[in-house]
Amino acid sequence: MLELDSQVKIIKRFSERIIIGVLFFLFGFCILIIRLWYLQVSLYEGLSEKADNNRISVVPMPPKRGSIFDRNGEVLACSNCVYTLEMSSVKADKLEALFQELEPAIKISESNKRRIARQIIEYGRYKPIVIRNKLDEFEVSWFAAHAFKFPELKIKSRWIREYPYCYEVSHVIGYIGRISDSDFSNLDDTKIANYRGSQLIGKKGIEKTWETTLHGYTGFKEIEVTAAGKPVRVLKSIDPIPGKDIFLSIDIGLQKTIFNAFGSKKGAVVAIDPNTGEILALVSMPSFDPNLFVDGIDKNSWSLLNNSLDYPLINRALYGTYPIGSVYKPFVALAALELGKRSPNDKIMDPGYFECGGQKFRNPGSIAHGMVDMYKAIVVSSDTYFYSLGLDMGVDELHDFIKQFGFGQKLDIDLDGEKQGILPSTEWKRKKYSNKKMQKWYLGDTISLMVGQGYNSFTLLQLAQGLTVLANNGLYRKPHLVYKTKSPMSEKEEKILYNPLYQVLLKDSNVSFIKSAMEDVINYGTARNAFLRTPYSVAGKTGTAQVFSLRGSKYNANFINEKLRDHALFMGFAPSNNPKIAVAIIVENGGWGSKEAAPIARKIFDYWLLNNN
Amino acid sequence: MKFSFYDIFHRFINGIDFFILVIYFVLSIMGLVALRSAVGYYDLRFSAQIYNCILACLAMFFVSILPPTWLRNFSLPCYIFGIFLLLCVEFFGETTKGATRWLSIGFTRIQPSEMLKIAVPMMLAWYFDRVQNNDRLQKRDFFIAFVILIVPFFLILLQPDLGTSLLVFASGFFVVYFAGLSFRIIVPIVVLIISLILVLLFYKDVLCSSEVSWFFLHDYQKNRICTLLNPLSDPLGNGFHTIQSMIAIGSGGLYGKGYMQGTQSHLDFIPERMTDFIFAVFAEEFGLYGCIFLLILYFLLILLGLKISISAKTSFSRLLSASISMMFFVYVFVNIGMVTGILPVVGVPLPFMSYGGSAFLNIGISCGLLMNIKNESKIKIQRI
Repeated sequence: MLELDSQVKIIKRFSERIIIGVLFFLFGFCILIIRLWYLQVSLYEGLSEKADNNRISVVPMPPKRGSIFDRNGEVLACSNCVYTLEMSSVKADKLEALFQELEPAIKISESNKRRIARQIIEYGRYKPIVIRNKLDEFEVSWFAAHAFKFPELKIKSRWIREYPYCYEVSHVIGYIGRISDSDFSNLDDTKIANYRGSQLIGKKGIEKTWETTLHGYTGFKEIEVTAAGKPVRVLKSIDPIPGKDIFLSIDIGLQKTIFNAFGSKKGAVVAIDPNTGEILALVSMPSFDPNLFVDGIDKNSWSLLNNSLDYPLINRALYGTYPIGSVYKPFVALAALELGKRSPNDKIMDPGYFECGGQKFRNPGSIAHGMVDMYKAIVVSSDTYFYSLGLDMGVDELHDFIKQFGFGQKLDIDLDGEKQGILPSTEWKRKKYSNKKMQKWYLGDTISLMVGQGYNSFTLLQLAQGLTVLANNGLYRKPHLVYKTKSPMSEKEEKILYNPLYQVLLKDSNVSFIKSAMEDVINYGTARNAFLRTPYSVAGKTGTAQVFSLRGSKYNANFINEKLRDHALFMGFAPSNNPKIAVAIIVENGGWGSKEAAPIARKIFDYWLLNNN
Repeated sequence: MKFSFYDIFHRFINGIDFFILVIYFVLSIMGLVALRSAVGYYDLRFSAQIYNCILACLAMFFVSILPPTWLRNFSLPCYIFGIFLLLCVEFFGETTKGATRWLSIGFTRIQPSEMLKIAVPMMLAWYFDRVQNNDRLQKRDFFIAFVILIVPFFLILLQPDLGTSLLVFASGFFVVYFAGLSFRIIVPIVVLIISLILVLLFYKDVLCSSEVSWFFLHDYQKNRICTLLNPLSDPLGNGFHTIQSMIAIGSGGLYGKGYMQGTQSHLDFIPERMTDFIFAVFAEEFGLYGCIFLLILYFLLILLGLKISISAKTSFSRLLSASISMMFFVYVFVNIGMVTGILPVVGVPLPFMSYGGSAFLNIGISCGLLMNIKNESKIKIQRI
């Protein structure tokens, strides 16, 4: 009874408080309604006049995008002016009449008409809508003469991107395209304001990675407009600041040479100046025309590019990862010397195969080289010699040594889409497989690594970089494409300097031993034919990377499907005593490196060392 | 408690409060209509808001059918989890624009302070429900309640997020008030606040000068209050928001400019027009009549909530539903107050109208709680 009594008391007190609460919120609502009444009835005249007078429209003025040049000042990408017809504040029901009046001079396609009608609903009446792009001179002059008839239309100039070398450098330059929602969400708050009025943004390549530099700063014009959206006067104007011009270390001549040398073959080339880390050429074949993307690529071209089995949109130099085969051998040999696993004079018998744990690892074509030391093993490319190294060399030791050359690491080049590749180690295998059995590292795994096969998987850029570090006697410089920017306003140039990042500790004698073996690969070894009678000295190595294992049977390129043929590889630098250029080449499904890749290298070296300097 | 499929179905049918449901849908549709004008039909945010609305609705149904004892049992874990998340924000939170309010959880990021807007009143209602076994609560009980309230308040204040911390404080304070906090404490507090406002009004010139800093507020918060007192002092900065939204509302007149015809909003004059200032878009296009219609709907919703609290059978349900209803009032009052220029600009969304997932979810859960409590009182009546 007592409890019930106290319950009643509690509820009574609660109800009292609810009543006070109701009074409180009634009071609050009254305040709001009085305030709204005051604004919307008492102040209505004044405020609606203010709303009419107060229409300052802020018109963004997008900046001119910076141009891109090659190392000699050749234009690779530039912005040109085109004219666009724009419309604002037209009611949907007057559209058809408007189109008819424009008909004599300015044609508007049916699909454009549908888009315009849709955008009027979408944007409302006060946002400008593009009626036609790229007006020609006749259309512009006709409109100028008849402009008085069309107060709601306006001709606007706009910058459009052009790529004069469409195919040769497309994978480096990349392209720009219309800003999508996802592009917008990737911009931070400070940048979004800067993109008001810009319609395009870098999507790939240098256009993407150097977007901020190329874009510049949007200007603004504050215009007072009437209720109908007619401009009355300009109140304030801040000019846009054009984007900076970018100078690449690429040489378009060299780039073209490589492009022509490849013909219809697939593959990639990276050429680096070892003295600076500048990339002199970066080609991925097949290529595409970046001009297609500028104003939105049409469906047909897109599906052609996107569905092609040759994958022209993929930058093979950065994105493709390959087992690099025999070109890996000089690095493995250097590791063996530096880690004290072999001396140059240790010899082994090469009967054409290497047997370990009941498994036979064969030389290509099962050729027997007889007694081989390290020198000969590199020159004639004896797989057996390197297989035997696998017995002494631990995979983790090899990993730690090779890593310093950049293999299996992102090199942080100023291009997008770089893959990391795989430089295997026991730890890598543990992480890679969830199955405990698969996690175990076997001796056979190590043996395959020694000839650049097995789990090895590198990008061509990594190979070129590794070669550059070797050519530099271990000095590691960051590979890069942009070496200079220039502000078009002040004409001030800014050099971008990359200091060497570190020095791989190597014995001079070991490095020069490997280099001289690589010179003899060119003089007497597998690459002899491609480099007959060169006036400069070259150090290099050919390679052939298995696309699939032939399980011991003899390799005959003619009998197997082209897609399954081996990749042909070559790497080399020249002049060998004072390297000016280091080149890595892969010809996909090309077969032998000596036959397919080395001749391209010859053309590159000839161009760079004979024509150029 | 038995919890068969039949039971769930029974609860679902009985649990839905028809009036709340109708108000929920009418307000949601009005919100979507206003948002469409603010951002355009093809904007991703418009479709996102439709998803938010559906998600919140599902949350409402879900919460409404939970057994009432579950709600009570959830209160403490919810509160503790919320405090835990706030501490996580303190140590691992993401910082955006100088405020650390978000926790990244892989695919998305969450703002734990939002959760506390419901967890705090639930916790306090649960606490009072436990200690209230005679008609008078002890001073000690209120002291503990105050501690429960002040911990999340300070943690959110640290982020810093004055707006949300005040809202969390208010939501808890209502529970304490309805539980019976003595007027001998409430009246002095109200008097103090009113006198502070009066001091501010009379000495605004001195207090708003740049030399004087207000030790308990950030500079930007001080500026907002000062701007409110004199919007013309900063017509392009903070004052711009308020002036432009007042022009938008005022120029709407009695009937409004018509749907999609609001020049202030369509010419980009209203800042944050899909979130905190969406009322200005609505008022410009639908005028005073539209605004009053909107206010009536809010009014009915709050009244329904308070009615539910009076007939609720346990002290937990009473306190929780009353505090939720009053919170709806606070949201509406503070938001419209700031958009019409009588309160400083603090980030408070207008229920059902402002764009935002977590805000909408909070509404859904709140409505679900109200329905759940109503359902609970119905069941008990049937059993008697």
